[in-house]
Amino acid sequence: MDINDLRSIVTVAGLLCFLAIVWWAYGKGSKKGFEEAANLPFAEGDDDGAASRTSHPR
Amino acid sequence: MSGTQTTYNDKVVRQFTVMTVIWGIVGMLVGVIIAAQLVWPELNFGPWLHFGRLRPLHTNAVIFAFGGCALFATSYWCVQRTCHTRLWGGPLVPFTFWGWQLVILLAAVSLPLGFTTGKEYAELEWPIDILITLVWVSYGLVFFGTIAKRTVSHIYVANWFFGSMIIAVALLHLVNSAAVPVSLTRSFSVYSGVQDAMVQWWYGHNAVGFFLTAGFLGMMYYFVPKQAGRPVYSYRLSVVHFWALIFTYMWAGPHHLHYTALPDWTQSVGMLFSLILLAPSWGGMINGIMTLSGAWHKLRDDPILKFLITSLSFYGMSTFEGPMMSIKTVNALSHYTDWTVGHVHSGALGWVAMVSIGSMYYLLPRLFGKTEMYSTKLVTTHFWIATIGTVLYIASMWIAGVMQGLMWRAVNADGTLAYSFVESVKGSYPFWAIRWLGGVLFLTGMLIMAYNMFKTMAGGKTQDMPVVAPAGHHA
Repeated sequence: MDINDLRSIVTVAGLLCFLAIVWWAYGKGSKKGFEEAANLPFAEGDDDGAASRTSHPR
Repeated sequence: MSGTQTTYNDKVVRQFTVMTVIWGIVGMLVGVIIAAQLVWPELNFGPWLHFGRLRPLHTNAVIFAFGGCALFATSYWCVQRTCHTRLWGGPLVPFTFWGWQLVILLAAVSLPLGFTTGKEYAELEWPIDILITLVWVSYGLVFFGTIAKRTVSHIYVANWFFGSMIIAVALLHLVNSAAVPVSLTRSFSVYSGVQDAMVQWWYGHNAVGFFLTAGFLGMMYYFVPKQAGRPVYSYRLSVVHFWALIFTYMWAGPHHLHYTALPDWTQSVGMLFSLILLAPSWGGMINGIMTLSGAWHKLRDDPILKFLITSLSFYGMSTFEGPMMSIKTVNALSHYTDWTVGHVHSGALGWVAMVSIGSMYYLLPRLFGKTEMYSTKLVTTHFWIATIGTVLYIASMWIAGVMQGLMWRAVNADGTLAYSFVESVKGSYPFWAIRWLGGVLFLTGMLIMAYNMFKTMAGGKTQDMPVVAPAGHHA
């Protein structure tokens, strides 16, 4: 096999890998986990004394 | 999980935060000096303080001293808070601080003395390169060690950006700095000719892509939600944003070498990937700005949010401009002109510096046991001075750059050049003066920040805060 075949395969595999990531990110299954993760900066309790911190919906 | 009375390691964050402001002033002062040297060439004193020696000092100081300290401070703060654990690494943590400061001091001495590898943004000679490697590997161990002992299941997206920055910069630094030393202060690159140029700009562009973009996006994904008081607009988009940047940035380097000895197809690949980069860049920008949706009123009286959101606007502007300039026909006009300098500062002042400044204003009161900065009014003043300075800087460089490009390519009917080079220099003077003024304004803003910082620090408590157990999150 030519080294260029390998290069082509890696490029296509990279694209497929990226598309799989997009599919996973927008899939239903990851919704709950993402919501938890998105709220991680707010699970700190009261680290700040500063700034008006209103509720954090969504 | 972790002991009930463990505290966050805020000492190192405090150190890096203060040094961010100090090095910011130093680096930008050198920038103002070299801008003045272009307007008044009499200011080039002797060999040590000549433009050619001071220019790499300016770039190294603002990128690695100012930007680097800001990255250390924010990543150490963010990774502890979002992993609910103290920094891992014991003595490695202070080593990253003192080691990095030593790197900066060595740069500040060796560059004016004329020791340089000649590689842009990688000018430091090999002994300093080795020290950088040691510090950076320690940084990686501390950061990933802390992630490994987190007490929550998720790794927050900001940490993905910080982590990728650490890994990519290690890779770039090791490959591009490979050199054969001939003495303590002199070495030669192991690559030659066009390969050397390609490796250099693979490094150079990814220093922009990972050091100056991924790392600061990590800041954006933590401090914008915190300051806005609401989670990021779309976490899904942030995941796609992250991976899209990772998959594309590495290929954009050749656009720095359009119309050179680099093979034509390589130039085209570089241009294509640079164009693709517009999509993830704007996805990230929209994600950051839209985090404020439904809370736009906060922008009116919160200067920290002003800094953060304005930085995202400049990020959007410069990531539109960049792909456009990577198009070969546009590049034929823009390359080697001041347009490039304007583009870089749109990203450096508008995006990198402003998002850092906003994050530092968030951190400072919290690090010194205060509820807010000594003067919020002065933060607002800083914001406006910095914004006006940035706009003056960019606009003058755009005009000067396009003018230079047009003058250099203008030909008479018989095919001879219409202008001599020095005529374009003469025409640039007024714009260089405006650029200098813009730089002075931006530096003035930093001095106001330093005053505000020291006033905030005065009488402040520097007690480390206890690690908060992750409420509502299972380990």
